[in-house]
Amino acid sequence: MDFAVVELSRLQFALTALYHFLFVPLTLGLAFMLVIMESVYVMTNRPIWRTITRFWATLFGINFVLGVATGLTMEFEFGTNWSYYSHYVGDVFGAPLAIEGLMAFFLEATFVGVMFFGWEKLSKPMHLLTTVMVALGSNLSALWILIANGWMQNPVGSAFNPQTMRMEVVDFGAVLLNPVAQAKFVHTVSAGYVTASAFVFGVSALMLLRGKWPEVAKRSMTVAAAFGLASSLSVVVLGDASGYALTDNQKMKLAALEAMWNTEPAPAGLTAFGFPDMKTHTTYAAIKIPYVLGLIATRSLDRQVEGILPLVATAEVRVESGVQAYDAVQRLRASPNDVAARAQFEAHKRDLGYGLLLKRYVADPRTASPALIQKAAWDTVPDVPVLFVVFRIMAAIGFAFIAFFAAAFLMVTLRRHQTRWLLLLAVVMMPLPWIAVESGWLLAELGRQPWAVDSVLPTFLGASSLTVPQIWTTIIGFTALYGTLAVVEVGLMVRFIRRGPYGAHEDLIDPPGAPGHRGPAPAPAPAE
Amino acid sequence: MDLPIDYPTLRVIWWGLMGVLLIGFALTDGFDLGVAALLPFVARNDGERRMVINTIGPTWEGNQVWFILGGGAIFAAWPFVYAVSFSGFYLAMFAVLASLILRPVGFKYRSKRPGKTWRTVWDWALFVGGFAPALVFGVAVGNVLQGLPFHLDGDLRTHYEGGFLGLFTPFTLLCGLLSVAMLVTHGAAWLGMKAERGAVADRALNIGTVAAVLASVLFGFGYVFVLLGHMGFRIEGAADLAGPSNPPATQSIAIAGGWLANFAAHPWMWTAPVLGFVGPWIAVTGLRLRRGWAAFGGSSLAVIGIISTVGLSMFPFILPSSIDPRSSLTVWNASSSQVTLFIMLCVTVVFLPIVLAYTAWAFKVMWGRSTVAALAVNPDLY
Repeated sequence: MDFAVVELSRLQFALTALYHFLFVPLTLGLAFMLVIMESVYVMTNRPIWRTITRFWATLFGINFVLGVATGLTMEFEFGTNWSYYSHYVGDVFGAPLAIEGLMAFFLEATFVGVMFFGWEKLSKPMHLLTTVMVALGSNLSALWILIANGWMQNPVGSAFNPQTMRMEVVDFGAVLLNPVAQAKFVHTVSAGYVTASAFVFGVSALMLLRGKWPEVAKRSMTVAAAFGLASSLSVVVLGDASGYALTDNQKMKLAALEAMWNTEPAPAGLTAFGFPDMKTHTTYAAIKIPYVLGLIATRSLDRQVEGILPLVATAEVRVESGVQAYDAVQRLRASPNDVAARAQFEAHKRDLGYGLLLKRYVADPRTASPALIQKAAWDTVPDVPVLFVVFRIMAAIGFAFIAFFAAAFLMVTLRRHQTRWLLLLAVVMMPLPWIAVESGWLLAELGRQPWAVDSVLPTFLGASSLTVPQIWTTIIGFTALYGTLAVVEVGLMVRFIRRGPYGAHEDLIDPPGAPGHRGPAPAPAPAE
Repeated sequence: MDLPIDYPTLRVIWWGLMGVLLIGFALTDGFDLGVAALLPFVARNDGERRMVINTIGPTWEGNQVWFILGGGAIFAAWPFVYAVSFSGFYLAMFAVLASLILRPVGFKYRSKRPGKTWRTVWDWALFVGGFAPALVFGVAVGNVLQGLPFHLDGDLRTHYEGGFLGLFTPFTLLCGLLSVAMLVTHGAAWLGMKAERGAVADRALNIGTVAAVLASVLFGFGYVFVLLGHMGFRIEGAADLAGPSNPPATQSIAIAGGWLANFAAHPWMWTAPVLGFVGPWIAVTGLRLRRGWAAFGGSSLAVIGIISTVGLSMFPFILPSSIDPRSSLTVWNASSSQVTLFIMLCVTVVFLPIVLAYTAWAFKVMWGRSTVAALAVNPDLY
């Protein structure tokens, strides 16, 4: 086991996933906002709404294409860098990815072409339908990806097969209806809607501050404020805390992000601030808000939230049991009909992954000393200070947006779009959703460590048998390529925002005063 | 669990579906790759280039999903194949990804700025995005036919013993060029249907003719290589068709002429290589007669014939190992579980027809030749 290969593969995955996730949230939210704007156009038949829809659609397109392009990397990176993971869980994990392609991505990608090129070729309701399909496709895409990710966090509906040395599906319904996946889906798409609302509101505010295109900016702000308020409430209220009671790893994640070392009497308090120390198992300068954590995490007054230290003690027992499971697997591979080994496997199989944690230290977990077992149990604690910080960044931004969109909604309802402090605030807050969603990704995936799949497969075992120079080549390659594309993308965004909703091309077909739907391209058809 | 379809049948169905997806990719995104590879040569000025890009503008995005779905379906149905091939072809895979990332960005961003340098850089990025994947896919198939230098250890972890440069041998380069010639023919035939008549279509016609002739010649050479190179593998004794997916449990061996054995045993399989050989000539005829549809039909037959030939000659092998034949992945030992194959089949049976239906609708809505004149009046064009 070459740990440099493991760490570099993790670094590359994190870089490419975080980069991909710069574009995805905006796609998820902006697609639905386009549906709202275009629906208003179809219902009212007022050309201004068509102009608004097409302006945001142009920005959507610039962002969308990078989301798609960088998504290619994600689809193949499991195979290139995590080939043992791919073998070990492909039977379960591959299915949602394939269904995502078939059910969601085809929908989104086929209709997006028609959406951009079909303005003059389709009737208004048909064009609206293609926009709806794009929004539906991109959000279904998120659903299937999060079903896959939810299974990594809470691997239901599957079992280890000693004959094939991998996890196999036993109950696909359970994989689909995984409560962790559902919570993640709602939380993640809501975060995308907040991102898009903040983007639309912020860009519109910039326009108003420069005194440009107020008829487009004000209407866009109204849509963004309403959509943003609903989404920012949903992202916090329907946060994925509901899944935190389900597995030992999820409990550990909760304890770690709270830096809660010991179990406290229910309902536990929430630590608003502090400095967690991994060595002394203490959180210095902690400021606690009583009861709140227990209420959020357990939705009750009397159930306990377990602390890190007792969870490590639980893990130690599970590592010992995992050694038994590992032993049974080895015996079953030698003689598949060994009844005693089968019984031993059945008794300990849910802890097999804990036994595999020992492979970090010894080739054969059965030879591990008690000291190593204790060490492996401590490996189940993720990086507490990092989780503690990224959770607070994410949560603070989440609450800030509820306040912001509540204020924004109030002001636009009172038709006070031009309120200067609101416009300035909107511009300042525009980048914050991206910080929140990237923090959320770090929280979810660093919090899952040391597991690739909770209690099933440790991350370090999942890596491919590659060499360090190979991975450095691709890390440098991706960084150079992605870095260049980021500069190009932001440049184009700025260019098209500055050009505004009546760019050169728009003038071509929408001479002032021309109403509604126009004749087919390419002829510059006269007004109806 | 009792399932209505038995395990061996499901495995064969999924072998067939993998072929359908690869052919679907080559038929649809194949002409996008071909058009991108042709771009700098058939179109000389900015107007022509935009016109060419707009022949595929509205549909490349959906076509590309065949590639993504192919990857996902192999992951779900053939996890071993996914794990061994993508980690084995590590740097080649990166080259493909990087080129395929440049491609969508190129389509979308190229015409969004007026600068000449900006547009020229993207034109060449698009060329790379078309040419490089076509070449690498062919080289990869050539390597699969030769056998890949990998072995599986006791935990079924894959170890690949070859490097990036080892991928390139005379035979694999031949396969790479065949792949490029095949997709360039397909792209040229597409331009024959979708580009306005004139200088661009004429250049496409000429390059397409050369590419089609080259494709049939290279395909013939490929046969000679397989024949004289004694390539092939075989399973010793009876394979356990319904056994658990555990490759080393199968007795696979390398055997000279193994890749031709299926054709000897089942003569109907010759249909595939015959199509692969005749298709390019139909394409040539169509191109010369300026019948876009005939040319596109011919190049499609060529794509179907050539890819099917590879699949049929290797059956039941999917990824043979050149250094440890017992690690070879076959239809009988590298699939997902019966449950997963069955569920995925149900999903495919429901959704693939829906996908085909709305894809056909999208092509229909966007039908008609792309013209330079339209660029001046239609703001939706790239």
